[in-house]
Amino acid sequence: MAADEQLTMLVQPDRVHRSVYADPAIFDLEMERIFGRAWLVLGHESQARNPGDYFTTRMGREPVLVVRKTTEELAVLINRCVHRGALVCTEGRGNVERFVCPYHGWSYDRGGILQVVPFASGYDKDKLPEGLKAVPRVAVYRGFIFASLAKSGPGLEEFLGPAKASFDDFVDRAPGGELEVAGGVFKHAYNGNWKLMLENHLDGAHPAWVHASSVAVARGAPEPGGPGQEHYYDIAVRQMRQNGAPDAVWEAIGLWATPYGHAYMGDYHSDERLVAGMGSPVFEEYRKQLAGRLGAKEADRILRVTLWNTVIYPNCSFMSQFRQLRILHPVAVDRSVAYTYSFRMKKAPAQMFRDTVAFANVVNGTGSWVLTDDLEVYERIQKGFASGAVDWAYIGRGHGRDADEPHGVRRGATGTSEVYIRAQFAAWLRYMSQ
Amino acid sequence: MNGKQFRVEQFLYHEARLLDTQQLEAWLELFTEDATYWLPLEQGQKDALETSSLVHDDRTLLALRVRQARHPRAHARQPLARTVHQVGNVMVLSESSSEVRVASTLQLVEFRSERQRLWAALVEHRLQRTGETFKIAHKRVDLANSEGELDGIAILF
Repeated sequence: MAADEQLTMLVQPDRVHRSVYADPAIFDLEMERIFGRAWLVLGHESQARNPGDYFTTRMGREPVLVVRKTTEELAVLINRCVHRGALVCTEGRGNVERFVCPYHGWSYDRGGILQVVPFASGYDKDKLPEGLKAVPRVAVYRGFIFASLAKSGPGLEEFLGPAKASFDDFVDRAPGGELEVAGGVFKHAYNGNWKLMLENHLDGAHPAWVHASSVAVARGAPEPGGPGQEHYYDIAVRQMRQNGAPDAVWEAIGLWATPYGHAYMGDYHSDERLVAGMGSPVFEEYRKQLAGRLGAKEADRILRVTLWNTVIYPNCSFMSQFRQLRILHPVAVDRSVAYTYSFRMKKAPAQMFRDTVAFANVVNGTGSWVLTDDLEVYERIQKGFASGAVDWAYIGRGHGRDADEPHGVRRGATGTSEVYIRAQFAAWLRYMSQ
Repeated sequence: MNGKQFRVEQFLYHEARLLDTQQLEAWLELFTEDATYWLPLEQGQKDALETSSLVHDDRTLLALRVRQARHPRAHARQPLARTVHQVGNVMVLSESSSEVRVASTLQLVEFRSERQRLWAALVEHRLQRTGETFKIAHKRVDLANSEGELDGIAILF
């Protein structure tokens, strides 16, 4: 296992050693020191509303159950029977009184406390474990569920820091703040390191190249319809065209990174350029609903926030403005899976959610024109990093020109700065050297 | 009865052969102007507007998919994967004077970048009669692993 001094040598201000993407020993250490310590995004409260509601997910490589223990309290439990190690639950989601292990019937209450052990006379009762191992820290920020496998560490609000504003945007856009996960889950996988996805989601220099083919075909597509005359294809065409924005647009975008390695991109696109453009009857009805609850001024402020991706390091990337959230599950040094969720604003016009679904298909769909090219490139990068002939990968775009802002935030000199990758690796090194 | 079954089967084989010989533009021409091509995400999915889909294309989007496959910088598509579509269990489900609804099964082998993938699906076509042959008004492909963790899908089914 790499000593801490060696780790420091792998991550330099403007370059990183290929082994951080390719060495299985470093991957194991990442699972222990990064995914074992950081707050991880697990999901949303709408996935476990009522007592007994649960869903299964992963924290890094650990299988977990997220369960509504009581009306007030969520528990996150390691999904592994304390008896012989079987996954206690594989259903994905549901509602239970008890979790019953399929192997010998050991059963646990909603908080994971061991209740029933068949053939109990064979055991020394005092030596039986208390129950499923509980993940020590669970917290919720504005409906989003987080947990940490570490007993101690910074609190959630400190961890999120200025990135809280992206979650605020997500919730504030929903009339009455009511969001729910809906519309199915994409689970896309690639033969590449987990970090590659997080490094791509704020990369304004890649669309012109990676997405050249989808930009080209979208430019040749029929024109999207005006307000009230939308076609089904408009959202896909608009979104693919947007990836072909001129260099000057990408350079002008705001890009900010936070001390814990989170980052977000602003000013990329307004609703007007995309989903149910402003002026469309549906969007106007939505705006009215928002204004009815909050007043026209506040509604206007909310709708002027234009955030593209926000990356929450190390396991999440989301789009508050377009209600998409991806949770990253590293599988191996060269294999990763991202689960993508869409959110419905419960009190918005029904068409708003249909637009979200169409948007999800083109941006996060496993068969998308766009995402498939990203996945292809991740795999090519992984193959390249397998080569020992060249040691370093560069993360130096805009290096030396990052601007310091309050609360430890750094802003890239341009929208194509790699400031966010440098911030991710600064966080990487801190977690890995602790 | 036999004549109809034969014509439907021959049409589905023809469709598969166009894909397997990479005649994508000719394949696109099999679809009506208001056709839909659908790979649902969920088992038994009823609706493509309220739930996401692996692919849900109207004719405009399907045309973009075919055009993208020919683009020199379509990284996930150039070179095109080689495929073999094995169509089976062809059954006419219902018919009217203008349309035939057909169920079939599909096994598909895909090869690209030193990797072979095997797909299996339940397929449903809604075919419009045009003279002695058909046009596809709707094609639904329910992959057996649609809800699984899937690498990118860049082929046509």
